[in-house]
Amino acid sequence: MKALFQNESPTATQARPFAFHTPDVNIYETKDGYLLEAEMPGVTKDGLEITLEGHEVTITGRQTEEAVSGEVLFRERHGADYRRVFELDPAIDTSRVTARLDQGVLFLTLPKSEAVKPRKIAVSE
Amino acid sequence: MNILKWQRPTLTPWTSFGRLSDLRDEIDRLFESPLTELTRNSNLLSGWTPMLDVYEDKDNYTVKAELPGLKKEDINVSLQDGTLSISGERKNESKHEDAEVYRTERSFGRFQRSVTLPAAVSADLGKATYKDGILTITVPKAEEAKPKQIKVSVN
Repeated sequence: MKALFQNESPTATQARPFAFHTPDVNIYETKDGYLLEAEMPGVTKDGLEITLEGHEVTITGRQTEEAVSGEVLFRERHGADYRRVFELDPAIDTSRVTARLDQGVLFLTLPKSEAVKPRKIAVSE
Repeated sequence: MNILKWQRPTLTPWTSFGRLSDLRDEIDRLFESPLTELTRNSNLLSGWTPMLDVYEDKDNYTVKAELPGLKKEDINVSLQDGTLSISGERKNESKHEDAEVYRTERSFGRFQRSVTLPAAVSADLGKATYKDGILTITVPKAEEAKPKQIKVSVN
């Protein structure tokens, strides 16, 4: 088993279990790197914070929606800020991580460093 | 008060139990709803259900639905006989050939939700905006449904 992206850091995620909502994510690994998609409806670019520290990435999304005036008839949305911490594969080149936010979905691209990418070696005769 | 066609068992805002809470809701629903309701609304058996809030002030009803990652064109909003319906389809744009999948927590596919508004509304003037993955629909109340004040005159 390779040490990979899949481990969520237990201490950081569970530290304040009720203060944050855990966003749903999809994570893919390609030969070039990892792609993480996180659903954070209501979060704008200004409310988003991505921190890389050591081998951990922390995603925090703050709700900056304007409150609607009037009485609440029905509420299902949690209204909490989003937060989730992932442990990173050491092969990720943290200096080239890029993020994009599109209609409440964060797309985080985490490229692998060139040194660890699989490559073909030509056989000489 | 008959506001909604489908309701969760409690109206209190929930705290973030994450997946555990989803599972608990599904189990609750197994016992509380008839089978047709279950297959229509269940996340486990088919599709997904966007979460929504409904507000009322003296002039308008406002519905906010969480619809992260859609295209504006893929959302349909309709209003008929005081029932507001939101439907559409979320497509998975991330097609990665030969990618290994580590987590798939996001749901894709068709969704549909309806809310019966408690009083008469004027359908023509409703407006919907989609921003940061939140769909906000404002529907003005019909004139006859607005609260009125009668001035008391003293003779």
